Amino acid sequence: MKGFDLAPLLTNPEYLGLLGHGIAMTFIIALGSWLLAMSLGVLLLALRLTGFRIAEAVVAAYISYHRNVPTLVQLMLWYFGIASLLPDGLQGWLSDHQGESVFAILALGLCQAAYFSEDLRSGLRAISPGQTEAARALGHGYIGTMRFILIPQALRNSLPALINHTVSLFKNSSLAMAIGVAELTHAVKEIENQSFRTFEIFLIATVLYLLFSLLLMGTGAMLDRRTRLAGAR
Amino acid sequence: MLGNAIAIVQENWLLLLVGQYPNGPLGGFAATMLLSVLGIGLAFPLSVLIALCRISKWWALRAPATALVYGVRGIPLLMIIFWVYFLFPLLLGANVPGFATMLCTLVIYEGAFLSEVVRAGIEALPRGQMDAARALGHSHLRAMRFIILPQALYNMLPSLLSQFVSTIKETTLGYVINVPELTFAANQINNRLLTKPFEVFLILALVYYAVCFSLTEFTSWLERRIATRRAGPLRTVEVSA
Repeated sequence: MKGFDLAPLLTNPEYLGLLGHGIAMTFIIALGSWLLAMSLGVLLLALRLTGFRIAEAVVAAYISYHRNVPTLVQLMLWYFGIASLLPDGLQGWLSDHQGESVFAILALGLCQAAYFSEDLRSGLRAISPGQTEAARALGHGYIGTMRFILIPQALRNSLPALINHTVSLFKNSSLAMAIGVAELTHAVKEIENQSFRTFEIFLIATVLYLLFSLLLMGTGAMLDRRTRLAGAR
Repeated sequence: MLGNAIAIVQENWLLLLVGQYPNGPLGGFAATMLLSVLGIGLAFPLSVLIALCRISKWWALRAPATALVYGVRGIPLLMIIFWVYFLFPLLLGANVPGFATMLCTLVIYEGAFLSEVVRAGIEALPRGQMDAARALGHSHLRAMRFIILPQALYNMLPSLLSQFVSTIKETTLGYVINVPELTFAANQINNRLLTKPFEVFLILALVYYAVCFSLTEFTSWLERRIATRRAGPLRTVEVSA
Protein backbone atom coordinates (compact mmCIF):
# COMPACT_ATOMS: atom_id res chain seq x y z
CA MET A 1 0.00 0.00 0.00
CA LYS A 2 1.21 3.47 -0.85
CA GLY A 3 1.59 6.13 1.85
CA PHE A 4 -1.46 8.13 2.75
CA ASP A 5 -1.78 11.09 0.44
CA LEU A 6 -4.91 12.92 -0.59
CA ALA A 7 -3.19 15.28 -3.02
CA PRO A 8 -3.06 12.93 -6.05
CA LEU A 9 -6.84 12.56 -5.84
CA LEU A 10 -7.72 16.16 -5.10
CA THR A 11 -5.49 17.66 -7.80
CA ASN A 12 -6.45 15.33 -10.62
CA PRO A 13 -9.19 17.06 -12.63
CA GLU A 14 -10.49 13.75 -13.97
CA TYR A 15 -11.06 12.33 -10.49
CA LEU A 16 -12.55 15.57 -9.27
CA GLY A 17 -14.92 15.54 -12.23
CA LEU A 18 -16.00 11.97 -11.46
CA LEU A 19 -16.48 12.84 -7.80
CA GLY A 20 -18.45 16.02 -8.54
CA HIS A 21 -20.67 14.20 -10.99
CA GLY A 22 -21.19 11.43 -8.44
CA ILE A 23 -22.21 13.87 -5.73
CA ALA A 24 -24.61 15.64 -8.09
CA MET A 25 -26.13 12.31 -9.13
CA THR A 26 -26.55 11.22 -5.49
CA PHE A 27 -28.45 14.43 -4.81
CA ILE A 28 -30.62 14.06 -7.90
CA ILE A 29 -31.51 10.47 -6.95
CA ALA A 30 -32.11 11.32 -3.30
CA LEU A 31 -34.13 14.49 -3.99
CA GLY A 32 -36.13 12.95 -6.85
CA SER A 33 -37.08 9.87 -4.87
CA TRP A 34 -37.82 11.96 -1.77
CA LEU A 35 -40.30 14.12 -3.69
CA LEU A 36 -41.90 11.03 -5.25
CA ALA A 37 -42.02 9.24 -1.90
CA MET A 38 -43.53 12.18 -0.02
CA SER A 39 -46.26 12.90 -2.55
CA LEU A 40 -47.13 9.23 -2.95
CA GLY A 41 -46.99 8.74 0.82
CA VAL A 42 -49.54 11.52 1.34
CA LEU A 43 -51.71 10.07 -1.43
CA LEU A 44 -51.57 6.58 0.12
CA LEU A 45 -52.54 8.01 3.50
CA ALA A 46 -55.43 9.95 1.96
CA LEU A 47 -56.62 6.75 0.24
CA ARG A 48 -56.47 4.90 3.54
CA LEU A 49 -58.43 7.61 5.31
CA THR A 50 -61.33 7.41 2.83
CA GLY A 51 -62.48 4.31 4.69
CA PHE A 52 -63.27 2.30 1.57
CA ARG A 53 -62.48 -1.35 2.23
CA ILE A 54 -60.90 -1.96 -1.19
CA ALA A 55 -58.77 1.20 -1.08
CA GLU A 56 -57.58 0.31 2.42
CA ALA A 57 -56.69 -3.23 1.37
CA VAL A 58 -54.77 -2.01 -1.69
CA VAL A 59 -52.77 0.50 0.36
CA ALA A 60 -52.08 -2.09 3.08
CA ALA A 61 -50.81 -4.54 0.45
CA TYR A 62 -48.65 -1.83 -1.14
CA ILE A 63 -47.08 -0.93 2.19
CA SER A 64 -46.61 -4.55 3.21
CA TYR A 65 -44.83 -5.39 -0.05
CA HIS A 66 -42.50 -2.42 0.04
CA ARG A 67 -41.58 -2.88 3.69
CA ASN A 68 -40.93 -6.62 3.49
CA VAL A 69 -38.90 -6.86 0.29
CA PRO A 70 -35.24 -5.67 0.38
CA THR A 71 -34.73 -2.34 -1.38
CA LEU A 72 -31.99 -3.80 -3.55
CA VAL A 73 -34.34 -6.52 -4.79
CA GLN A 74 -36.98 -3.89 -5.56
CA LEU A 75 -34.37 -1.98 -7.57
CA MET A 76 -33.40 -5.13 -9.46
CA LEU A 77 -37.02 -6.04 -10.14
CA TRP A 78 -37.57 -2.59 -11.65
CA TYR A 79 -34.37 -2.30 -13.60
CA PHE A 80 -33.90 -5.86 -14.83
CA GLY A 81 -37.44 -7.18 -14.61
CA ILE A 82 -40.11 -4.57 -15.25
CA ALA A 83 -37.91 -2.71 -17.74
CA SER A 84 -37.76 -5.88 -19.87
CA LEU A 85 -41.56 -5.89 -20.17
CA LEU A 86 -41.66 -2.41 -21.73
CA PRO A 87 -42.01 -2.04 -25.52
CA ASP A 88 -38.66 -2.23 -27.37
CA GLY A 89 -38.75 1.39 -28.53
CA LEU A 90 -39.17 2.69 -25.01
CA GLN A 91 -36.43 0.36 -23.69
CA GLY A 92 -34.03 1.69 -26.30
CA TRP A 93 -34.92 5.29 -25.55
CA LEU A 94 -34.45 4.68 -21.82
CA SER A 95 -31.05 3.05 -22.22
CA ASP A 96 -29.96 6.02 -24.34
CA HIS A 97 -31.21 8.51 -21.75
CA GLN A 98 -29.81 7.18 -18.47
CA GLY A 99 -32.81 4.93 -17.85
CA GLU A 100 -31.05 3.46 -14.82
CA SER A 101 -31.38 6.74 -12.91
CA VAL A 102 -35.08 6.91 -13.76
CA PHE A 103 -35.60 3.39 -12.44
CA ALA A 104 -33.50 4.14 -9.36
CA ILE A 105 -35.65 7.20 -8.53
CA LEU A 106 -38.80 5.21 -9.22
CA ALA A 107 -37.81 2.18 -7.14
CA LEU A 108 -36.39 4.12 -4.20
CA GLY A 109 -39.30 6.58 -4.22
CA LEU A 110 -42.01 3.93 -4.39
CA CYS A 111 -40.30 1.99 -1.61
CA GLN A 112 -39.86 4.96 0.71
CA ALA A 113 -43.44 6.13 0.10
CA ALA A 114 -44.58 3.13 2.15
CA TYR A 115 -42.47 4.25 5.11
CA PHE A 116 -43.44 7.93 4.84
CA SER A 117 -47.11 7.00 4.63
CA GLU A 118 -46.86 4.89 7.78
CA ASP A 119 -44.95 7.65 9.60
CA LEU A 120 -47.65 10.19 8.78
CA ARG A 121 -50.41 7.75 9.71
CA SER A 122 -49.00 7.03 13.13
CA GLY A 123 -48.52 10.77 13.63
CA LEU A 124 -52.19 11.26 12.85
CA ARG A 125 -53.30 8.38 15.06
CA ALA A 126 -51.40 9.76 18.02
CA ILE A 127 -53.74 12.79 18.13
CA SER A 128 -56.50 12.32 20.65
CA PRO A 129 -60.04 12.07 19.20
CA GLY A 130 -61.03 15.01 21.36
CA GLN A 131 -59.15 17.28 18.96
CA THR A 132 -61.40 16.28 16.05
CA GLU A 133 -64.51 16.51 18.20
CA ALA A 134 -63.56 19.95 19.48
CA ALA A 135 -62.75 21.18 15.97
CA ARG A 136 -66.08 19.91 14.65
CA ALA A 137 -67.91 21.41 17.62
CA LEU A 138 -66.28 24.76 16.84
CA GLY A 139 -67.78 24.57 13.36
CA HIS A 140 -64.86 23.40 11.22
CA GLY A 141 -65.77 21.13 8.32
CA TYR A 142 -63.82 17.95 7.51
CA ILE A 143 -61.31 19.83 5.36
CA GLY A 144 -60.94 22.64 7.88
CA THR A 145 -60.41 20.18 10.72
CA MET A 146 -57.72 18.44 8.71
CA ARG A 147 -56.07 21.61 7.48
CA PHE A 148 -55.98 23.64 10.68
CA ILE A 149 -56.16 21.14 13.52
CA LEU A 150 -55.03 17.65 12.57
CA ILE A 151 -52.35 17.99 9.88
CA PRO A 152 -50.17 20.50 11.79
CA GLN A 153 -50.18 18.24 14.85
CA ALA A 154 -49.66 15.07 12.80
CA LEU A 155 -46.66 16.61 11.06
CA ARG A 156 -45.17 17.57 14.39
CA ASN A 157 -45.73 14.06 15.77
CA SER A 158 -44.23 12.29 12.78
CA LEU A 159 -41.28 14.63 12.25
CA PRO A 160 -38.63 12.46 13.99
CA ALA A 161 -39.67 9.35 12.04
CA LEU A 162 -39.78 11.31 8.77
CA ILE A 163 -36.27 12.65 9.37
CA ASN A 164 -34.97 9.16 10.18
CA HIS A 165 -36.44 7.78 6.98
CA THR A 166 -35.13 10.73 4.98
CA VAL A 167 -31.63 9.89 6.21
CA SER A 168 -32.09 6.23 5.28
CA LEU A 169 -33.42 7.28 1.85
CA PHE A 170 -30.29 9.37 1.36
CA LYS A 171 -28.10 6.42 2.38
CA ASN A 172 -30.10 4.03 0.21
CA SER A 173 -29.33 6.14 -2.84
CA SER A 174 -25.96 4.36 -2.77
CA LEU A 175 -27.76 1.13 -3.74
CA ALA A 176 -28.36 2.64 -7.17
CA MET A 177 -24.74 1.80 -8.02
CA ALA A 178 -25.80 -1.87 -8.22
CA ILE A 179 -27.83 -1.07 -11.34
CA GLY A 180 -25.09 1.14 -12.78
CA VAL A 181 -26.15 4.66 -11.78
CA ALA A 182 -23.04 6.84 -11.65
CA GLU A 183 -23.71 8.24 -8.16
CA LEU A 184 -21.18 8.86 -5.40
CA THR A 185 -20.45 5.24 -4.42
CA HIS A 186 -20.16 4.27 -8.08
CA ALA A 187 -17.76 7.15 -8.71
CA VAL A 188 -15.71 6.04 -5.71
CA LYS A 189 -15.32 2.53 -7.08
CA GLU A 190 -14.36 4.00 -10.45
CA ILE A 191 -11.69 6.26 -8.96
CA GLU A 192 -10.44 3.38 -6.79
CA ASN A 193 -9.99 1.20 -9.87
CA GLN A 194 -8.04 3.91 -11.66
CA SER A 195 -5.93 5.36 -8.86
CA PHE A 196 -5.51 2.38 -6.47
CA ARG A 197 -5.76 4.90 -3.63
CA THR A 198 -8.50 2.92 -1.96
CA PHE A 199 -8.08 4.24 1.57
CA GLU A 200 -8.05 7.90 0.55
CA ILE A 201 -11.04 7.78 -1.77
CA PHE A 202 -13.12 5.69 0.67
CA LEU A 203 -12.28 8.24 3.35
CA ILE A 204 -13.42 11.14 1.16
CA ALA A 205 -16.70 9.42 0.31
CA THR A 206 -17.34 8.37 3.90
CA VAL A 207 -16.76 11.91 5.18
CA LEU A 208 -19.09 13.28 2.50
CA TYR A 209 -21.87 10.83 3.31
CA LEU A 210 -21.43 11.37 7.04
CA LEU A 211 -21.48 15.13 6.61
CA PHE A 212 -24.76 15.16 4.69
CA SER A 213 -26.38 12.61 6.99
CA LEU A 214 -25.41 14.52 10.12
CA LEU A 215 -26.60 17.72 8.47
CA LEU A 216 -29.99 16.09 7.84
CA MET A 217 -30.16 14.75 11.39
CA GLY A 218 -29.15 18.15 12.80
CA THR A 219 -31.76 19.98 10.73
CA GLY A 220 -34.31 17.46 11.90
CA ALA A 221 -33.42 17.93 15.54
CA MET A 222 -33.61 21.72 15.11
CA LEU A 223 -37.01 21.54 13.40
CA ASP A 224 -38.19 19.21 16.13
CA ARG A 225 -37.14 21.68 18.83
CA ARG A 226 -38.69 24.62 17.03
CA THR A 227 -42.07 23.02 16.43
CA ARG A 228 -42.39 21.36 19.81
CA LEU A 229 -44.90 23.06 22.05
CA ALA A 230 -43.98 24.02 25.56
CA GLY A 231 -44.99 21.24 27.90
CA ALA A 232 -45.87 18.80 25.12
CA ARG A 233 -44.35 15.35 25.19
CA MET B 1 -45.70 -15.83 -17.25
CA LEU B 2 -46.79 -17.84 -14.23
CA GLY B 3 -45.90 -21.07 -16.07
CA ASN B 4 -42.44 -19.66 -16.77
CA ALA B 5 -41.94 -18.72 -13.15
CA ILE B 6 -42.95 -22.18 -11.94
CA ALA B 7 -40.60 -23.80 -14.46
CA ILE B 8 -37.72 -21.61 -13.25
CA VAL B 9 -38.37 -22.59 -9.65
CA GLN B 10 -38.62 -26.29 -10.59
CA GLU B 11 -35.30 -26.21 -12.40
CA ASN B 12 -33.37 -24.04 -9.95
CA TRP B 13 -34.87 -24.65 -6.53
CA LEU B 14 -31.71 -26.28 -5.22
CA LEU B 15 -29.53 -23.34 -6.31
CA LEU B 16 -31.97 -20.92 -4.69
CA LEU B 17 -32.05 -22.98 -1.50
CA VAL B 18 -28.37 -23.83 -0.84
CA GLY B 19 -26.37 -22.39 -3.76
CA GLN B 20 -23.51 -24.56 -5.05
CA TYR B 21 -23.35 -26.55 -1.81
CA PRO B 22 -21.95 -29.29 -1.36
CA ASN B 23 -19.77 -28.73 -4.44
CA GLY B 24 -19.00 -25.15 -3.42
CA PRO B 25 -19.67 -22.69 -0.61
CA LEU B 26 -23.07 -22.63 1.02
CA GLY B 27 -25.25 -20.12 -0.80
CA GLY B 28 -28.84 -19.28 -1.62
CA PHE B 29 -31.56 -18.97 0.97
CA ALA B 30 -29.64 -21.06 3.52
CA ALA B 31 -26.69 -18.65 3.42
CA THR B 32 -29.02 -15.65 3.70
CA MET B 33 -30.63 -17.07 6.83
CA LEU B 34 -27.33 -18.22 8.34
CA LEU B 35 -25.82 -14.79 7.71
CA SER B 36 -28.80 -13.03 9.30
CA VAL B 37 -28.99 -15.31 12.36
CA LEU B 38 -25.24 -15.14 13.02
CA GLY B 39 -25.22 -11.41 12.27
CA ILE B 40 -27.96 -10.51 14.75
CA GLY B 41 -26.70 -13.12 17.25
CA LEU B 42 -23.21 -11.61 17.35
CA ALA B 43 -24.43 -8.03 17.07
CA PHE B 44 -26.68 -8.40 20.10
CA PRO B 45 -24.04 -8.73 22.85
CA LEU B 46 -22.04 -5.97 21.14
CA SER B 47 -25.10 -3.72 21.12
CA VAL B 48 -25.71 -4.23 24.85
CA LEU B 49 -22.11 -3.23 25.46
CA ILE B 50 -22.41 -0.12 23.28
CA ALA B 51 -25.69 0.82 24.94
CA LEU B 52 -24.16 0.50 28.42
CA CYS B 53 -21.27 2.70 27.30
CA ARG B 54 -23.67 5.27 25.86
CA ILE B 55 -25.55 5.70 29.13
CA SER B 56 -22.38 5.53 31.20
CA LYS B 57 -21.48 8.50 33.38
CA TRP B 58 -17.85 8.31 32.21
CA TRP B 59 -17.07 10.49 29.24
CA ALA B 60 -14.29 8.13 28.11
CA LEU B 61 -16.85 5.37 27.53
CA ARG B 62 -19.71 7.58 26.36
CA ALA B 63 -17.89 9.57 23.69
CA PRO B 64 -16.50 6.73 21.55
CA ALA B 65 -19.77 4.78 21.76
CA THR B 66 -21.77 7.85 20.71
CA ALA B 67 -19.35 8.57 17.87
CA LEU B 68 -19.61 4.97 16.68
CA VAL B 69 -23.41 5.00 16.70
CA TYR B 70 -23.68 8.32 14.86
CA GLY B 71 -20.94 7.31 12.43
CA VAL B 72 -22.60 4.04 11.49
CA ARG B 73 -26.02 5.68 11.28
CA GLY B 74 -24.70 8.31 8.88
CA ILE B 75 -22.80 6.07 6.45
CA PRO B 76 -24.51 3.86 3.88
CA LEU B 77 -24.20 0.14 4.59
CA LEU B 78 -22.62 -0.26 1.17
CA MET B 79 -19.73 2.03 2.17
CA ILE B 80 -19.18 0.01 5.37
CA ILE B 81 -19.12 -3.20 3.33
CA PHE B 82 -16.43 -1.71 1.09
CA TRP B 83 -14.41 -0.61 4.12
CA VAL B 84 -14.50 -4.07 5.71
CA TYR B 85 -13.84 -5.69 2.34
CA PHE B 86 -10.76 -3.49 1.93
CA LEU B 87 -9.43 -3.28 5.50
CA PHE B 88 -9.90 -6.77 6.95
CA PRO B 89 -7.57 -8.62 4.58
CA LEU B 90 -4.99 -5.85 5.18
CA LEU B 91 -5.26 -6.12 8.96
CA LEU B 92 -5.38 -9.92 9.07
CA GLY B 93 -2.85 -10.42 6.31
CA ALA B 94 -5.00 -13.17 4.82
CA ASN B 95 -7.82 -13.58 2.36
CA VAL B 96 -11.21 -13.11 3.97
CA PRO B 97 -14.08 -14.95 2.29
CA GLY B 98 -17.09 -12.87 1.24
CA PHE B 99 -19.31 -14.54 3.81
CA ALA B 100 -17.04 -13.47 6.69
CA THR B 101 -16.71 -9.95 5.27
CA MET B 102 -20.47 -9.59 5.11
CA LEU B 103 -20.89 -11.07 8.59
CA CYS B 104 -18.40 -8.58 10.11
CA THR B 105 -20.15 -5.71 8.37
CA LEU B 106 -23.55 -6.81 9.63
CA VAL B 107 -22.25 -7.17 13.19
CA ILE B 108 -20.84 -3.62 13.16
CA TYR B 109 -23.87 -2.09 11.47
CA GLU B 110 -26.54 -3.94 13.43
CA GLY B 111 -24.55 -3.59 16.65
CA ALA B 112 -24.80 0.19 16.35
CA PHE B 113 -28.48 0.21 15.38
CA LEU B 114 -29.47 -2.36 18.02
CA SER B 115 -27.63 -0.41 20.70
CA GLU B 116 -30.13 2.42 20.18
CA VAL B 117 -32.94 -0.08 20.68
CA VAL B 118 -31.32 -1.43 23.84
CA ARG B 119 -30.71 2.07 25.15
CA ALA B 120 -34.33 3.05 24.53
CA GLY B 121 -35.40 -0.14 26.32
CA ILE B 122 -33.27 0.68 29.35
CA GLU B 123 -34.34 4.31 29.48
CA ALA B 124 -38.01 3.36 29.16
CA LEU B 125 -37.90 1.55 32.50
CA PRO B 126 -39.04 3.63 35.46
CA ARG B 127 -36.12 5.19 37.33
CA GLY B 128 -37.39 3.62 40.52
CA GLN B 129 -36.12 0.22 39.36
CA MET B 130 -32.52 1.34 39.47
CA ASP B 131 -33.00 3.36 42.65
CA ALA B 132 -34.63 0.42 44.42
CA ALA B 133 -31.90 -1.97 43.28
CA ARG B 134 -29.21 0.40 44.55
CA ALA B 135 -31.08 0.91 47.80
CA LEU B 136 -31.14 -2.87 48.30
CA GLY B 137 -27.35 -2.85 48.10
CA HIS B 138 -26.74 -3.97 44.50
CA SER B 139 -23.80 -2.35 42.77
CA HIS B 140 -24.50 -0.47 39.53
CA LEU B 141 -23.31 -3.41 37.42
CA ARG B 142 -25.26 -6.00 39.40
CA ALA B 143 -28.37 -3.84 39.23
CA MET B 144 -27.96 -3.65 35.45
CA ARG B 145 -27.34 -7.35 35.15
CA PHE B 146 -30.10 -8.67 37.43
CA ILE B 147 -32.78 -5.98 37.50
CA ILE B 148 -32.60 -3.57 34.56
CA LEU B 149 -31.39 -5.65 31.60
CA PRO B 150 -33.73 -8.66 32.09
CA GLN B 151 -36.75 -6.34 32.06
CA ALA B 152 -35.48 -4.09 29.29
CA LEU B 153 -34.49 -6.97 27.02
CA TYR B 154 -37.83 -8.70 27.50
CA ASN B 155 -39.66 -5.49 26.60
CA MET B 156 -37.58 -4.96 23.49
CA LEU B 157 -38.00 -8.46 22.07
CA PRO B 158 -40.32 -7.20 19.31
CA SER B 159 -37.82 -4.51 18.28
CA LEU B 160 -35.08 -7.14 18.28
CA LEU B 161 -37.15 -9.26 15.93
CA SER B 162 -37.89 -6.37 13.58
CA GLN B 163 -34.17 -5.63 13.54
CA PHE B 164 -33.69 -9.26 12.51
CA VAL B 165 -36.02 -8.64 9.56
CA SER B 166 -33.90 -5.61 8.61
CA THR B 167 -30.81 -7.79 8.80
CA ILE B 168 -32.33 -10.32 6.40
CA LYS B 169 -33.01 -7.45 4.00
CA GLU B 170 -29.50 -6.08 4.45
CA THR B 171 -27.82 -9.39 3.55
CA THR B 172 -28.89 -8.70 -0.05
CA LEU B 173 -26.11 -6.11 -0.25
CA GLY B 174 -23.60 -8.95 -0.06
CA TYR B 175 -24.43 -9.35 -3.74
CA VAL B 176 -22.21 -6.34 -4.47
CA ILE B 177 -19.09 -8.13 -3.16
CA ASN B 178 -20.20 -11.49 -4.60
CA VAL B 179 -21.25 -13.17 -1.37
CA PRO B 180 -23.10 -16.32 -2.41
CA GLU B 181 -26.56 -15.72 -0.94
CA LEU B 182 -30.12 -15.62 -2.24
CA THR B 183 -29.89 -12.44 -4.36
CA PHE B 184 -26.60 -13.65 -5.81
CA ALA B 185 -28.19 -17.01 -6.72
CA ALA B 186 -31.09 -15.25 -8.44
CA ASN B 187 -28.64 -13.15 -10.46
CA GLN B 188 -26.77 -16.31 -11.45
CA ILE B 189 -30.02 -17.82 -12.72
CA ASN B 190 -30.89 -14.60 -14.52
CA ASN B 191 -27.48 -14.49 -16.22
CA ARG B 192 -27.93 -18.06 -17.41
CA LEU B 193 -31.49 -17.68 -18.69
CA LEU B 194 -31.08 -14.08 -19.99
CA THR B 195 -34.65 -13.95 -21.34
CA LYS B 196 -36.74 -14.15 -18.17
CA PRO B 197 -35.53 -11.35 -15.87
CA PHE B 198 -39.01 -10.35 -14.71
CA GLU B 199 -39.91 -13.87 -13.59
CA VAL B 200 -36.57 -14.46 -11.85
CA PHE B 201 -36.65 -11.23 -9.84
CA LEU B 202 -40.35 -11.61 -9.08
CA ILE B 203 -39.61 -15.02 -7.56
CA LEU B 204 -36.76 -13.46 -5.59
CA ALA B 205 -39.00 -10.66 -4.28
CA LEU B 206 -41.73 -13.15 -3.34
CA VAL B 207 -39.33 -15.36 -1.37
CA TYR B 208 -38.08 -12.39 0.65
CA TYR B 209 -41.64 -11.18 1.09
CA ALA B 210 -42.83 -14.54 2.42
CA VAL B 211 -40.03 -14.74 4.99
CA CYS B 212 -40.08 -11.11 6.12
CA PHE B 213 -43.87 -10.83 6.13
CA SER B 214 -44.30 -13.89 8.39
CA LEU B 215 -41.65 -12.55 10.75
CA THR B 216 -43.24 -9.09 10.80
CA GLU B 217 -46.64 -10.60 11.59
CA PHE B 218 -45.11 -12.70 14.35
CA THR B 219 -43.45 -9.55 15.71
CA SER B 220 -46.70 -7.64 15.99
CA TRP B 221 -48.35 -10.64 17.66
CA LEU B 222 -45.51 -10.76 20.16
CA GLU B 223 -45.77 -7.02 20.71
CA ARG B 224 -49.45 -7.30 21.61
CA ARG B 225 -48.76 -10.25 23.88
CA ILE B 226 -45.99 -8.47 25.75
CA ALA B 227 -48.16 -5.36 26.09
CA THR B 228 -50.95 -7.36 27.71
CA ARG B 229 -48.50 -9.19 29.96
CA ARG B 230 -46.88 -5.94 31.06
CA ALA B 231 -50.34 -4.58 31.88
CA GLY B 232 -50.61 -7.46 34.32
CA PRO B 233 -53.57 -9.67 35.16
CA LEU B 234 -56.94 -8.05 35.59
CA ARG B 235 -56.98 -6.60 39.05
CA THR B 236 -59.82 -7.67 41.23
CA VAL B 237 -60.67 -5.92 44.40
CA GLU B 238 -60.15 -8.22 47.30
CA VAL B 239 -62.77 -7.98 49.95
CA SER B 240 -61.82 -9.42 53.25
CA ALA B 241 -64.57 -11.38 54.78
